[in-house]
Amino acid sequence: MRQVAYAVGLAAAVAFAGGASAKTLNWASQGDALTMDPHAQNEGPTGTMSAQVYDTLILRDSKLAKIPGLAVSWKPVEAAVWEFKLRENVKFHEGQAFNADDVVFSFQRALSETSDFKNYVNSIETVDKVDDFTVRITTKGPNPILPDQISSIRIMDKEWSEQHGVQVPQNYKEKEETYAVRNANGTGPFVLTKRDPDIETRMKLNESWWGWGVSDPKTNVTEVIYRPIANPATRVAALLSGELDFVLDPPLQDLARIKATPGLKVEEINQIRTIFYGLDTGAEKLRHTEVEGGNPFRNPKVREAMYRAIDIDTIRKKTMRGLSFPAGIITSPGVHGYTEALDQRLGYDPDAARKLLADAGYPNGFKVQLDCPNDRYNNDEAICQATVGMLARIGIEVSLNARSKSIHFKSLQNKESDFYMLGWGVPTLDSHYVFSYLAASKGSWNFTGLSDARLDELTTQMETETDAAKRDAMIQEAWEILKTSNAYLPLHHQVIAWGLKDGLTLPIVPNDSPQFRTAQWK
Amino acid sequence: MVSYVIRRLLQAALVMLVVAFVSFSLFRFAGDPVNNMVGQEATQADRQALRDRLGLNDPFPIQFANFVIDALQGEFGISYRLQRPVEDLIVERMPATLELVAVSAVLALITGIPLGVYCGIHRESWISRTLLTLSLVGVSLPTFVIGILLIYLFSVQMLWLPSFGRGEVVQLGWWSTGFLTVSGWHALILPSITLSLFQLTLILRLVRSEMLEVMRTDYIKFARARGLSDRAINFGHALKNTLVPVITIVGLNIGSLIAFSIITETVFNWPGMGLLFIKAVQFADVPIMAAYLTMVAFVFVSINLMVDLLYYAVDPRLKVDKGAAVGRLS
Repeated sequence: MRQVAYAVGLAAAVAFAGGASAKTLNWASQGDALTMDPHAQNEGPTGTMSAQVYDTLILRDSKLAKIPGLAVSWKPVEAAVWEFKLRENVKFHEGQAFNADDVVFSFQRALSETSDFKNYVNSIETVDKVDDFTVRITTKGPNPILPDQISSIRIMDKEWSEQHGVQVPQNYKEKEETYAVRNANGTGPFVLTKRDPDIETRMKLNESWWGWGVSDPKTNVTEVIYRPIANPATRVAALLSGELDFVLDPPLQDLARIKATPGLKVEEINQIRTIFYGLDTGAEKLRHTEVEGGNPFRNPKVREAMYRAIDIDTIRKKTMRGLSFPAGIITSPGVHGYTEALDQRLGYDPDAARKLLADAGYPNGFKVQLDCPNDRYNNDEAICQATVGMLARIGIEVSLNARSKSIHFKSLQNKESDFYMLGWGVPTLDSHYVFSYLAASKGSWNFTGLSDARLDELTTQMETETDAAKRDAMIQEAWEILKTSNAYLPLHHQVIAWGLKDGLTLPIVPNDSPQFRTAQWK
Repeated sequence: MVSYVIRRLLQAALVMLVVAFVSFSLFRFAGDPVNNMVGQEATQADRQALRDRLGLNDPFPIQFANFVIDALQGEFGISYRLQRPVEDLIVERMPATLELVAVSAVLALITGIPLGVYCGIHRESWISRTLLTLSLVGVSLPTFVIGILLIYLFSVQMLWLPSFGRGEVVQLGWWSTGFLTVSGWHALILPSITLSLFQLTLILRLVRSEMLEVMRTDYIKFARARGLSDRAINFGHALKNTLVPVITIVGLNIGSLIAFSIITETVFNWPGMGLLFIKAVQFADVPIMAAYLTMVAFVFVSINLMVDLLYYAVDPRLKVDKGAAVGRLS
């Protein structure tokens, strides 16, 4: 029966391959983009959808290297001034010509109150048009990573935005939908033809995209159809049955099944996202448990003991089914400043851990609560469960508090956690991003109480240091300080896996954002 | 008459208010929508500003009062997740759910009643025994297991039917229908079977036991004594009398079909109101959750109200006002 079914399926696939429908690409993932407005939501799936329709001044290739986009070249002309030469003869999908006014407008829009990209561009003082195809960006101080930051800022057409009253992104106070939520007019490789949120989004090939033959060979995909499927089992079933050509997020436990199915393949790559635990080293006392002598996490020996008690290889093999790379620092390969030497872990050694605990004054361990999300990272809750068992072996009694992400992250921000799980991705691909949020004493996601004067100083200095060698040395030093502190216990770099049809080539991207301009059907 | 209706309407309004209050106070435990609405880079100040814009910083009574006042005007605010007015979203998704529920209900009735009659009449035959055993499975297997099983068999193994979605839909004014396309009907088969299975087994077992009951009554014996044909007795006399409770149950169950199509919709990615609600819960999208729960409460309250009014029409005892009734008795 099975063989017959496969034979029928293959025959159907072959039959389809001959027709024009092979040029469409049907794909699905768990959650749809929240909006088509390119500045309203700084969120993964939303960015993926926008990126097909809107271009940025600087694009990323499938290895995330910066390549010319709507800007053909860029260079610093003064310490705090970058000059961008814009591409000529580019048209928006509705026919408007692209020029410097659109760039100035789009940056102003990204800086507006209701934009969710303010923090990528808040170093910008002014954006000035020099001539129709030259723009100068003046920053508040020298900013060596401005090109990285603005590779997320998508360019809209000024006239179109004014015509439809969408000069700023959605404001929730107005109880209305703005035009840009379901309509888009970019310069990108695909044109939005249908936007039915949660149900179906269709895009057709932009035949006249400037990038064909310039940044990428022209794709033979003529239409991209996206339908979100919330239930993972259904998503996989639709891939197995051939209704879908590409699933962005098949569950880890189904990958073997997909690989074993004729006509399907799985692509894997390490994601720019590292999973780790944070320990509050600042509080006088733990919030959720009574421990004699105050907060044990203030003692570096306790932190090292916990680190050494985590058997990351077992987590990798059993919990993650081999789909993770054990981590020694809390950022991933591909981020500027990452080195393999830094990424070495302290060895797993429960005996040493017990001894460290005893030395620290906790020969019988202590009780603590671990806060975990259960719907955010790959197998997040299972990792925490495994950790509970491992820490029990050295005498630390952990009560696990697993909860939905919408509760977890709010609780973290209210500084209500002693011991928590967090994952961190780096959209700018520069280590500074990690330090400024997680390590600086004022970092908005630093819930560890970590406050190191030198680390703060380095974090501030690397913002404006334009000498690459000096800056790299700062990054290296900062990583060493953070690593030795053990305020974060690194776990692993997450792995992304995509499920695809054999005939489809689609380079996997470490930020989990497919670039359909690079897709090719065989 | 008038006072009876008014009393009922007032009760219904009170129930609605209580449901709105309970669901609204539950949302405080659903988590923080703001975190899902901004990127990780957003500062505390940005988050506070967004909270202010959404009115999440207002005290609970004020938030609730605002909600009720807006809801009375048919306004449920703007979805945090989809950034569109909630009323529009619900109206867009309603046809999908209602079509699925209608097909499931019809399916359950046209298979459940004949099978139930058969089992009631031929209670000893092996077919009835098999049906009854199978119906136990139908009652006890969770909906999502049935759904996944059907997908596995008919979509993955046999490649006959689509595993998700609604197929092609045709827009008739604001109503989007899948009834007019082949792919629409194909897409309907698996979800409607899944959703109807529980109702089907319920109806089957109900009709069967009612039939067994009725077959023992005197008037059936009398009909037999009169020499009427089996067909006339079974369908003309027995079945008619079993249908009263069946209709009551089915009527009440339509409400729960609408409310509980959530699971079926999730498994088959059926773009109805249930799927909208589940996604809203995951996102802590309060406006959609509030509107959905209020709407479900409204469906139940209206069905109950209609049943009450129907009773009033059907049952003559309710028409006589109390004073007169007492007078006649004394």
